[in-house]
Amino acid sequence: MNKTILKIENLSKQYRLGLVGTGTLQDDLKRWWYNLRGKEDPFLRVGDVNDRSTKGKSDYVWALQNINFEVKQGEVLGIIGKNGAGKSTLLKILSKITSPTTGSIKSRGRIASLLEVGTGFHGEMTGRENIFLNGAILGMTKKEIAAKYDEIVEFSGCERYIDTPVKRYSSGMTVRLAFAVAAFLEPDILIIDEVLAVGDAEFQKKAIGKMQEISQGEGRTVLFVSHNMAAVKSLCTRAMVLENGEIVFDGGVDAAVEYYLVGDSEYKNIKVFSTEYDKDDFNLHEISINPVGKVSDFVLDENTTIEINTIFTLKETNKKLHITYVLNNENGDVLFTFSHSGNNLKLKHGVNKLKCILPKGFLNIGTYYLSFYVIENSKTTLFVEKDIMMFNVQHGEREIGSWLGREPGFIKPVFNWIIE
Amino acid sequence: MNKTIKHKDEWLFEITPKNKLLSFNFKEVWQYRDLLMLFVKRNVITVYKQTILGPLWYLIQPIFTALTFTLIFNKVANIDTGSVPPFLFNLAGITTWNYFKNCLQSTSDTFAGNAGIFSKVYFPRMIMPLSSVITNLIQFGIQLTIFISFYGYYYANGAAISLNRYTLLFPILILLMGLMGLGLGMLISSMVTKYRDLKYLLNFGVQLLMYISAVMYPLALMREKLPKFAWLVEYNPMAYVIESARYMLLSDGSFSINGLLYTVIVTIIVLFFGIIIFNKTEKNFIDTV
Repeated sequence: MNKTILKIENLSKQYRLGLVGTGTLQDDLKRWWYNLRGKEDPFLRVGDVNDRSTKGKSDYVWALQNINFEVKQGEVLGIIGKNGAGKSTLLKILSKITSPTTGSIKSRGRIASLLEVGTGFHGEMTGRENIFLNGAILGMTKKEIAAKYDEIVEFSGCERYIDTPVKRYSSGMTVRLAFAVAAFLEPDILIIDEVLAVGDAEFQKKAIGKMQEISQGEGRTVLFVSHNMAAVKSLCTRAMVLENGEIVFDGGVDAAVEYYLVGDSEYKNIKVFSTEYDKDDFNLHEISINPVGKVSDFVLDENTTIEINTIFTLKETNKKLHITYVLNNENGDVLFTFSHSGNNLKLKHGVNKLKCILPKGFLNIGTYYLSFYVIENSKTTLFVEKDIMMFNVQHGEREIGSWLGREPGFIKPVFNWIIE
Repeated sequence: MNKTIKHKDEWLFEITPKNKLLSFNFKEVWQYRDLLMLFVKRNVITVYKQTILGPLWYLIQPIFTALTFTLIFNKVANIDTGSVPPFLFNLAGITTWNYFKNCLQSTSDTFAGNAGIFSKVYFPRMIMPLSSVITNLIQFGIQLTIFISFYGYYYANGAAISLNRYTLLFPILILLMGLMGLGLGMLISSMVTKYRDLKYLLNFGVQLLMYISAVMYPLALMREKLPKFAWLVEYNPMAYVIESARYMLLSDGSFSINGLLYTVIVTIIVLFFGIIIFNKTEKNFIDTV
């Protein structure tokens, strides 16, 4: 039914680190000399895995190593990974900007890439002239562009300025015009790199809608790189996680996003203490934050119901103690304080496991810090540890056509609304 | 029957680390011909945007250079241009030389100057130098009309200048110059991506090349005055082109079929290597530029 349209086999790409230029002549001569004697390139044998934080032995690194995958016609493949994981290198090789060091790519269709919108735009030329030039750069013929010209102009919403040099455009307008040209490309395989990070909310909505139309309605194959997990979750039918130049996960979108976020130690929202907080009245053992009923290395997103677990030993039962948390945003602003004091809970002597549940969608996307307080008699602070926990709330899946950015504010509680 | 099914299943194209030495893909360039023309259009209309004199700059440059040359080389240094008015002599040399120089300089900037576009989108890189050569041809055409007007003026005033049957070969000469500039420019642009020294070398190299290309003196004069160094000029194909151009336009100086053949051979060799090196570079230059 759906046949393979793109096949990538053993793809690797090597880069040279440091100053390119010094010593290249020497290396070139050495390469040439090995080549001449029919030997293997001496610099291809060495080389480390591309991990930017560790110091390697060699000046050459593999930005991509042994990449193998196939893409079926009509698939929308998301490629996610941290900075430097090799995503852009992969896209560059696929779009023929640079060639692989080893391996091959076989394709059954025309590839067009959109690594940047507005490539080749010239400020001195009018919008009209730029539409034609940019379209041709992206691989369209003049005839094709002329046929779609009206649609492009309409989509961009820049009709009034179409005969004005682009340098007089606002940056938003330039981007709109550029995206409009790209949106009307008709390749078999479309490669897109983070172009959604541009434009205002209204335009983003339009752009995502258009992409959806391209990939679903017209059955085109799309390779999509983005850091916006909401966009990946909403658009893609399959996703791949790259890490240090290798594919570490390939499969379902939700699982891939989960894998990617969990792989980052930042997202392990559990802290276990041994004796750091062993005080006269209590001993704090563990704080964990996770989706309800799941373990703490699950990702929290805006649609999850979050639970905060506090495990501690109560040594003194004569005092009336309350565990209290203060939630700060990443700027350090206090958002709110919460405690079990109002719930009439009786803490017992010995180990207590206290659970607090934040309703679904309560916290907006962002990074949050919890401060831990122990309060006596609802008035005296016995103990404080500021910023004891940090956690992130991620983009959740959203409806297609809705905005994929972050709404303003830190909480977005669901209230009761009533029509009377 | 079986064969056709198999053919259907084949890949449209394949990207591999290395390609063949001389895999210049004419078909692909032809597919992108619209882009080529749009680049030419862009080059032409954006050069003198927001200037007062606009396209007049195309005319001012050669006229004033020819004027300066006439004053310095003919009036001060007393270079003899025979029966041909010195101004016209210089204008002919400069107009033709400029075409070559512009082709060379603009194509040699292909990779370094377009790194931004090249790192974001693929199209046959050859489109860029080709568009430079065509743009320069248009500029040359404009400058040639100036030459023709002065030609007419001097002719009407009874100067000893005339066309001859070799004038018909003039377009071939232009083609040779364009291809030579293209080949050399591609060669240099490929090497500049790795060795930036060449950029600086090129700037004054072109200047020096002009002096041994018989632009402001007739070839015969070099042979007569500096026989020891005349080989420098004689082995320089550009000197033949300039000398022949003047012969074709003014019936002054010399023209030899052998010289022309020599130029053709050198051009083909330069172009051949230019394309090979350019093809080799275009695959990976973005990693080194």
